[in-house]
Amino acid sequence: MIPLLEMQEIVKQYPGVRALDGVTFELRAGEVHCLVGENGAGKSTLIKILAGALQSDAGTICINGAQVDIRTPSVAQSIGIGVIYQDPHLVPELDVAENIFLGHEPLVGASPFVDARRMHDEASSILARLGERIPTQTRSSDLTVAQRQIVEIARALSRKVKVLVFDEPTAPLTGRETENLFRLIGDLRHQGVGIVYISHRLEEILRIADRITVLRDGRRVVSVDADGVTIPQLVQWMVGRELSEEYPVIDRQVAEEVLRIEGLANARLRNIDLALHRGEILGVGGLVGAGRTEFVRAIFGADAITAGHMLLRGKPYMPRDPADAIAQGLGLLTEDRNGLGLFLQLSIRENLSISSLLQYIRRGVIDADAERRRVAEFVDALRVRPPNSELRVDTLSGGNRQKVVLARWLAANSDVLIFDEPTVGIDVGVKYEIYVLMNELAKEGKAIMVVSSDLNELIGISDRIAVMCDGRIAGILPRSEATNDAVMTLATAFASIEGAHA
Amino acid sequence: MKGLFARFGVGVALALELLFFGILSPHFFTPDNLLNVSLQISITAIIAAGMTLVILTGGIDLSVGSLVAISGVLSTSVLRMDAPYTLALPIAVLAGAAIGMGSGFAAGVFVTRFRITPFIVTLALMTIWRGTAFVYTEGRPVWELPESFAFLGAGRVVGIPFPTIVMVIVFFVVHVVLTRTRFGRYVYAVGGNVEAARLAGIRTSRVLTVVYVISGGLAAVSGILLASRMNSGQPNAGLMYELDVIAAVVVGGTSLNGGRGTVVGTLIGSMLIGVLRNGLNLLDVESYVQQVVVGAVILTAVLLDRMRSS
Repeated sequence: MIPLLEMQEIVKQYPGVRALDGVTFELRAGEVHCLVGENGAGKSTLIKILAGALQSDAGTICINGAQVDIRTPSVAQSIGIGVIYQDPHLVPELDVAENIFLGHEPLVGASPFVDARRMHDEASSILARLGERIPTQTRSSDLTVAQRQIVEIARALSRKVKVLVFDEPTAPLTGRETENLFRLIGDLRHQGVGIVYISHRLEEILRIADRITVLRDGRRVVSVDADGVTIPQLVQWMVGRELSEEYPVIDRQVAEEVLRIEGLANARLRNIDLALHRGEILGVGGLVGAGRTEFVRAIFGADAITAGHMLLRGKPYMPRDPADAIAQGLGLLTEDRNGLGLFLQLSIRENLSISSLLQYIRRGVIDADAERRRVAEFVDALRVRPPNSELRVDTLSGGNRQKVVLARWLAANSDVLIFDEPTVGIDVGVKYEIYVLMNELAKEGKAIMVVSSDLNELIGISDRIAVMCDGRIAGILPRSEATNDAVMTLATAFASIEGAHA
Repeated sequence: MKGLFARFGVGVALALELLFFGILSPHFFTPDNLLNVSLQISITAIIAAGMTLVILTGGIDLSVGSLVAISGVLSTSVLRMDAPYTLALPIAVLAGAAIGMGSGFAAGVFVTRFRITPFIVTLALMTIWRGTAFVYTEGRPVWELPESFAFLGAGRVVGIPFPTIVMVIVFFVVHVVLTRTRFGRYVYAVGGNVEAARLAGIRTSRVLTVVYVISGGLAAVSGILLASRMNSGQPNAGLMYELDVIAAVVVGGTSLNGGRGTVVGTLIGSMLIGVLRNGLNLLDVESYVQQVVVGAVILTAVLLDRMRSS
């Protein structure tokens, strides 16, 4: 049988790096083929070549056995290749139907006028085929992220797509939305569409994959049927060695209280009581939209607080702004590392020292040597790779970027560290390093709060887990009682949860 | 050639330009002419130093041309009051500087507190100050100034024009501020990502406001120097300067999106445009044709810079 898509011996050379070194990838009609690998393994390069956004230096691509030359994204679209990105690229001011047919609008005969009725009818029927009831007149800026993804899928279907690529589609989705997406992918598969699926979430991959291809350092490690593959096996293929432990052993002493929160409230939060201790890692769980990020932002002075009070090391604490919170020893590692955590056009050094520059001021100016020395110490201690502080931070991998943000707070002597989704988009190997670091910091007596949507991670690293639902704390689970079921029960404790993230 | 350009950017373009006019015009490389060029560019270059800070934060300041007028008119009016010159001059300079910095402060408040885009805020201030300058003077220049006032704009210290000296000092100070101080680092951070800057503990409103105060203050300094050079406070002084200034900053490699650029680049950009005007004059190129050439050079310089960074 001729495969739907064959990419043979694809090579892509960048100055100094061979991003793809003769990768072969094959996709059959009606299968879900998962592509896994660490950041930098070559997944996105391969997809970009398939989508026409990049040109390969060598190798061939065949669709149904016929060789094709995908020079531009529009060529890719015309031969039936569609890509669904993590953050859908819709035109916000256009409605659902206009977005679906953008660039190939049905016209009234040979006139330049768009046949609006036909466009909306066809859009509705495509959405119906997906089992979705999004009104086609809705402006796309009014849609949820999940709905936008569905519109993107509908857009691909409107172009009679044969190969559909999903690039980390579930990262911004809630559990329920993820289920819906999987159902949708299952349907598309039955309709004979070939699906390439990329994700960092290995559980997810084992659930939906028919076949799995693992890439490492620009080479294909293996292509196998998904049946019988286990997570440890996958991880070993990805990192090239065995990871003995997923989480570090917890061997620390929880000491005195550092932060006490009583009756905290604002537009998104209701009456939150919580205490954080030195040497503790306190997990904050809950569904997307439960108010976890809003909660930590309020503590950090980033969002207004309308009621309640807090005590930091026994003294009243009510931060006016993040600068105030930082001055009192707090540090926040934001969920959106690239958008809110880092200055991508600045160097590692500038990103790392931005919150502690006062330390290096001598006679009104920055003592460049003192700054360099201190930055080098942190780059060294946290094993930031590559260890060159003058590199622009946007040349680093996700895990190393996270280390830079963490080092920023360590340099600022923060002793209450708040991690919001610390390992999203981070490689398995570096993930473990981050857990070890958090464990070490807690052992040194720092107080750590971790927001995470990854239940296993939350349970694996926390001393206690506070579960939020609908802007409230639904319950606090000690380590001994923290199971997936217990967390999920609390996370859906209040009926109004549906409204919270709609 | 390509490698050279990659290293020094628009500096290479300036060197080529100097070479070009040096070959074509025998008068070009005389000390008199070079000092003359420095004097000619000084007024707008001083403003461009402040504008660089504003643009680095991702903003823009369209009010600078009108501030040149209002500060010049105000300072010269103070000088005409019945007071001994030694007392009147500092008051005149302070009054001019105060109106420039005050306007910058107002711009900062509107931008940070009321969240109106800098383009609109400073566009409004531009017409407000231009109108005020005309209303205040009833459309007539402020004449009959003390003779010694002319020193600021036309005087020389060991042969170097006073405005040139001011320009050099301004660029040196702004360069040190940008590269060596906490505030300078914050300017780049705010321009790169204002929300990330806030979450890193930077009081972003303060940084933005200070940047507009500096820009307004330097526009006022230029306004006083220009009034001195023209020996009068003219309500139509500095017309369209904002565009020349923005051109110098952008040619110097500073991104209008903020976060990227240097004040040294701005100085080179100012020189590139100034030398071009001077050279074309020496070659007797008609002024309308000059405008076409200057426009073309601005586009080329920015295009080359874009190719360099990509």
